[in-house]
Amino acid sequence: MAHAHKVKQYRGVMDWLTTVDHKKIGILYLAAAAFFFLVGGLEAVLIRVQLMYPEQNIFVGEAFNQLVTMHGTTMIFFAAMPAIFGFMNVAVPLQIGARDVAYPYVNALSFWLFLAGGVLMNTSWFLGGAPDAGWTAYAPLSTTAYSGFGMDFYVLGLQIAGIGTLIGAINFLVTIINMRAPGMTFMRMPLFTWTAFITSVLLLFAFPAFTVALVELMFDRIFSGNFFEASKGGNVVLWQHLFWIFGHPEVYVLILPAFGIISEVVSVFSRKRLFGYSSMVFATILIGFLSFMVWVHHMFTTGMGPVANSIFAVGTMAIAVPTGIKIFNWLFTLWGGSITFNTASLWGISFIPAFVVGGMTGVMLAAPPADFQYQDSYFVVAHFHYVIVGGVVLGLFSGVYYWWPKMFGRLLNETLGKLHFWTFFIGFNLTFFPQHFLGLMGMPRRVFTYLPGQGLEEGNFISTIGAGLMGIGMLFFLINIIITSVKPRTATNDPWDARTLEWAISSPAPEYNFKQTPLIRGLDAFWKEKTAGNKEMTPAEPLGPIHMPSSSIMPVVMSIGFFISGFGFMYKVYWVAILGLVGALLVMLWRSLYDDHGRHIEVEELQDEGVKA
Amino acid sequence: MWRLAPLIGVLAFILTGCGDPTLSALTPKGPVARDQMFLMILSLSVMIFVFVVVMAIYIYVLVRYRRRKGDNKIPKQVEGNHKLEILWTVIPIILLIIIAVPSITQTFDQARDMRKEKDAIHVNVIGHQFWWQFEYPDLGITTAQDLVIPTGKYVSFDVVSADTNHSFWIPVLGGKIDANRGIHNVFYLKSDEVGIFKGKCAELCGASHALMDFKVNSVSSAEFDAWVNKMKAPPAAVPASAAKGEQIFKDNCMSCHATGVNDKSFGPNLNGFASREMVAGILEHNDANLKRWINDPLAEKPGATMPKVGLNDDQLNEVIKYLDTLK
Repeated sequence: MAHAHKVKQYRGVMDWLTTVDHKKIGILYLAAAAFFFLVGGLEAVLIRVQLMYPEQNIFVGEAFNQLVTMHGTTMIFFAAMPAIFGFMNVAVPLQIGARDVAYPYVNALSFWLFLAGGVLMNTSWFLGGAPDAGWTAYAPLSTTAYSGFGMDFYVLGLQIAGIGTLIGAINFLVTIINMRAPGMTFMRMPLFTWTAFITSVLLLFAFPAFTVALVELMFDRIFSGNFFEASKGGNVVLWQHLFWIFGHPEVYVLILPAFGIISEVVSVFSRKRLFGYSSMVFATILIGFLSFMVWVHHMFTTGMGPVANSIFAVGTMAIAVPTGIKIFNWLFTLWGGSITFNTASLWGISFIPAFVVGGMTGVMLAAPPADFQYQDSYFVVAHFHYVIVGGVVLGLFSGVYYWWPKMFGRLLNETLGKLHFWTFFIGFNLTFFPQHFLGLMGMPRRVFTYLPGQGLEEGNFISTIGAGLMGIGMLFFLINIIITSVKPRTATNDPWDARTLEWAISSPAPEYNFKQTPLIRGLDAFWKEKTAGNKEMTPAEPLGPIHMPSSSIMPVVMSIGFFISGFGFMYKVYWVAILGLVGALLVMLWRSLYDDHGRHIEVEELQDEGVKA
Repeated sequence: MWRLAPLIGVLAFILTGCGDPTLSALTPKGPVARDQMFLMILSLSVMIFVFVVVMAIYIYVLVRYRRRKGDNKIPKQVEGNHKLEILWTVIPIILLIIIAVPSITQTFDQARDMRKEKDAIHVNVIGHQFWWQFEYPDLGITTAQDLVIPTGKYVSFDVVSADTNHSFWIPVLGGKIDANRGIHNVFYLKSDEVGIFKGKCAELCGASHALMDFKVNSVSSAEFDAWVNKMKAPPAAVPASAAKGEQIFKDNCMSCHATGVNDKSFGPNLNGFASREMVAGILEHNDANLKRWINDPLAEKPGATMPKVGLNDDQLNEVIKYLDTLK
């Protein structure tokens, strides 16, 4: 009976375009994130080149504003977020013992929509200039009166990518709630899965605020709306509220999964169970909850009065408590452990001091009167780069080195990895540490130049050298990837002597993940089996045919529909806009009406060693 | 190695000191900035304490518990420790209260509305792309770019924007407040020292955001009164040598630039222009720079609203002669 469905299997490029396998989608996410990270990094280097010396004329005025805007937007939305989603795809289903995410088709759609949005926004460089109102796009600077055509790319690009992000978050919520293997209770979930869960909750509630903001800005820009037009009853501060109601949780959307990765890495490489697991889970939930009630700290100088400022100041300071709990729990996980220093653990362990510096300045920024001085100065730039680079990026690179064998069956080169780490880490500190002082000494952010003789030269010069070092570090990484990818696949199932489920299966994981769904008998399920003397997980079911979803090109087609529609709106050719949307909706309709039963992998095939991902 | 990186940063900091004393927030010249500086130092001290504790544990752990060659033991699997966990929850709460109390006191103190205060000087600040307009409603004076204030007196500001959002920042006198379109923000500052301080726009406002500088001239009370009288005095007769320039100014510039003491115009009011510190807020004030500016404003300030008027060299010289009389 199972033989009744013969579904076409694609190979090569078509395989990647049509895949609904979470592991492949994870790799696609990470590849796209790496590409955008390099683009955003190049923009950062150009910014630093302009600011290397006072009164330079390489990128001035609008050109500089475009670089600043695209650097921020690219890094947050098209590098950090997809990297987070990449690791969620790579690790979460494996960590909870699932065969895939709950909605594999929607998962592919999430990726392709994100990519369509990212590509759409970056085409602006070639079509009359990139967005130039800052990644925060404050109105009225971002309205047609004060900024160019580029802002339309920002609005449409982020809107399209945002749909992908939102459905991706819903997908992971459903997956984590419903698809856990028998025995995998919530309080036995690995911490990375927990953080992925809370991050998805944050996205679900935060992203709609941004969607609304973008719709309003789109109406102002394309249909002459008046949401942000003060002379017609609009309100410019409205944008700031909507943006930061999304924007602050967004910071935790990025940092929580990084916390999760660090928790895995610190625990594995000190060969100890995570210290205070329940308080770690509690701290994650609390940080997620509090992240929704602190957005005004981005707006202390907007003029909301002392009551609002004080309440949000206290809320902001409160976040330091669960964050501190996490820091000490990591320290005491290391305490008494047996710590291995390899590339993955170097990235992970160095996260602690870097993130503590970012957290410290975060508490300093929470005091409104002091913030009046810091706000919109380089002090803030230094602070959030210590959080985003020192926190998120270090965590992500740790994840890259940690999960690389599980993704590709190969271990990255350790020597190059360590070179990558040290140049990047030293470069990072050189770049951003002096910026604290630049800000205090009166340098506002987003300025394309500064005058000589104001004590700003040294700091800016050191900062640019640091940025160059970070760039060199990335070259080591690229060389490492190339060298590794030509080596044979020699990684074992469990190269790190790790603790969670994904290490119980082959590297890379087979497409069905687990031949038999495993039975979970405690926290650190695989470690528990290993200490009990077992080589593999105990199965929770007999060997049987595995039901797999069919590949489909439709997510790509739908994303192209949205992509075309975006251009229609930007160039005000509405029949194109409608055509694109109708196309996407027709695909959606077809998908809803057509019954796809997927396919089965038979027992005989499972027993055959030849089955590979 | 990474331990060296902050050290290098600190070194750079020592080399440059606290920065330009007319620009740096680390060299406060008034009570508001001093209070804010106190809060910065307080919070920084608390945070450095935390950092030292974390780093002490961190370095100890990394040195003491690194895996040595041939060591294959499995460490004891510790679940947690309630006493420790309570400890590092309670101590941060106490530390935060130490920061929070003065923060909130100051937040309310610095939000005092001084608009009704008889003793304070009242200034309306209007941010424009990319210059600042200053109005003294009580004194009937409108000026631009150079804010003149009496030392030792509170100055109450009413801040708004005419176009995009700006942020009004005089680091040595105190933190900033945004200039939003359609919304009036109120705050106050006070200078304790005579001197000329630098002011900045801190909110991205367009192509020349970096060049939206202004000057604060903090003068003695007597000098302030003299300045008010000079501004309000009927304009002196234009000397014959500048008459030609005045005509060119009337024909080409007047539609945007007023020169009357309290006239509001599309561009900066030029009353007292010859006494201003800078040309367009960014160029040192001399005839050569003034000529450069009028000849091609967009070359100096990308995106500025002042167009290239297209005066020839002669006309430029004449107009500058006239502008030099606007003392």
